[in-house]
Amino acid sequence: MSIFTRVNRRSLTPYMFIAPAMIVMAIVTIYPLIFQFWMSFTNYGLANLRQGAPAPDWVGLENYVKILTSELAIPNYSFLRLFLYNIFWALSNVTIHIILGVAIALLLNHPGLKLKRLYRALYVLPVLIPPIVVATTWRNMFNQDAGAINMLLGLVGQVFRIPPETFQLDWLRQVEDPISFIPLPLSYYAMLIANIWLGWPLNAVVATGALQAIPKDLYEAAEIDGAGKWASFKTITLTYLRPAMVPFAIYGFVVTFNLFSLAYFMSAGGPFGRTELLVTQAYRLVNERQLYAVGAAFAVVLFVILLTISLITNRISKATARYDDF
Amino acid sequence: MTTSKRRSFREPSLLTKVLLQVAAIGILITVLFPIIWVFSVSLSPLNLIRPDGLNLIPKDATLESYLQVIERPTGNPVSFLELAVNSMKIAGGTALASVSLGVLAAYPLSRLAFRGRTFIMLVILGVLMLPAVATLAPLFVTLNGIKLNLPILGAFNLRNSQLGVGIAIVSGSLPFAIWNLKGYLDTIPRELEEAAAVDGASQMRIFRSIVLPLALPAIAVTGFLGFISGWTEFYYSWMFLTQPRDFTLAMALSAMTGTYASAIPWPLVSAFSIMLTLPPAIVYLLSQRFITGGLAVGSVKG
Repeated sequence: MSIFTRVNRRSLTPYMFIAPAMIVMAIVTIYPLIFQFWMSFTNYGLANLRQGAPAPDWVGLENYVKILTSELAIPNYSFLRLFLYNIFWALSNVTIHIILGVAIALLLNHPGLKLKRLYRALYVLPVLIPPIVVATTWRNMFNQDAGAINMLLGLVGQVFRIPPETFQLDWLRQVEDPISFIPLPLSYYAMLIANIWLGWPLNAVVATGALQAIPKDLYEAAEIDGAGKWASFKTITLTYLRPAMVPFAIYGFVVTFNLFSLAYFMSAGGPFGRTELLVTQAYRLVNERQLYAVGAAFAVVLFVILLTISLITNRISKATARYDDF
Repeated sequence: MTTSKRRSFREPSLLTKVLLQVAAIGILITVLFPIIWVFSVSLSPLNLIRPDGLNLIPKDATLESYLQVIERPTGNPVSFLELAVNSMKIAGGTALASVSLGVLAAYPLSRLAFRGRTFIMLVILGVLMLPAVATLAPLFVTLNGIKLNLPILGAFNLRNSQLGVGIAIVSGSLPFAIWNLKGYLDTIPRELEEAAAVDGASQMRIFRSIVLPLALPAIAVTGFLGFISGWTEFYYSWMFLTQPRDFTLAMALSAMTGTYASAIPWPLVSAFSIMLTLPPAIVYLLSQRFITGGLAVGSVKG
């Protein structure tokens, strides 16, 4: 209570400040959300869009049932596959981002490395590039005939006398899974590579900050106590990294979970919708299929999923927030 | 003291140093490879629809793709500058609207006790969780039902206009701006304001002459972030706009790389990508210190 400036409880001053933003938000954010909820129980479609068109019919839970039981009349749609792929996509990316980010931060923090400032400045360049440019560039890079990746693999292959025809991979469209016992298409791996390129630098920045906050005496004390390199890494470095990296990992998970640009521009969800994410599917339902009511219900489902994720991650971050309790 | 300290920490061997340097350069190559590739493709002549090899400087290197981008990047009779002005209008307008409304709302949320404060915070936090795509259908349908007839602009459908796109963007950027600015204001010490209040200054006076100047770094950063996301905004503009004179840079780039763009020369696409990336990147690099200062504090809570 005391941290707030005491104003008369009946004073209108706070409301005068907040009113403009709240009025705008009520109209452009809250009203559409409520309208969306209503829409999701109707069959609002292209026919209801024209001015003076008849109002849509109330269909109850039909949209939700169709979404969750994968009965939507669009090709390659399976809710369970979408959902599981989306979770796996986010988890696999974030895991790799963190491992690489920490490893490269350790490299950048090593006393034997010269030109640290230069590397640090250049390593964050990917972050400066707009997502749509990143996605369209990687799409071209993974092109079968003219893409840089196949050409590069061909050049490297020449050294080992592998004929360049071996590397005519159709990265973004190949239907067969490259690893037979892992049910993921080749485009997943292409997008993973692109997103690793995009994702690790910020993790390295965060990890570098945390590493620089570790008192150097701790390592000396550990060395005097006869602790090996691995032991002091585990007990000192990881302990100090954890409170910084866990919240950032959670943030990264949510961002990657909703990463529209790569799934939309790079693979366009292909092949056969297998790299589609929930957000790109939501966009396609509204934009390409004009299924406004289904899109609205899909957005509500997405909201529930994101709410659940944030409730779970809140628990994780609370459980790992302090490093003096283990 | 210092010498003994240094001795206890072994100086890395020459081999270690060389290996570290090799690793750092190896990583640098992977970071720079796509960027250099785009640059080199953008220098290729336009009649080379697709690159025929990996060349740092392509054969017959030329700047003609840049000239073509400036003059007429897509099939539509629209120049780069016209596209950029459209993106600028959307980005600048939405950034300005959300920051100015946002800082006004952030002040009482950070400083004043009033009925409904917790409720408002919860609503903002809930909205923040939603990705931009999540309000697409209702905004499209609602804005499509609104026909405006304004002086100067004339009669138009709000959905099929940059104003409509701007409104849709603000629906997501305003809650973010409020949250980010409130997070920053929370870190500013209150002593000055308390002193001013003791001297009898009004809330408006305190806000104008103390809080606003102190919050300037966060205002600049929030505005910059809003501008960047508006500059490359895609979902709403792609969904809403149908007239080529309204098109934005992101829409043009998307049209140049889609499934139906097999005849578009990559030198053109690459030059366009670079020209789309440079303005925000330059602004960022010039104001880097300022930005990280305003962000580190403000965004922790986001």
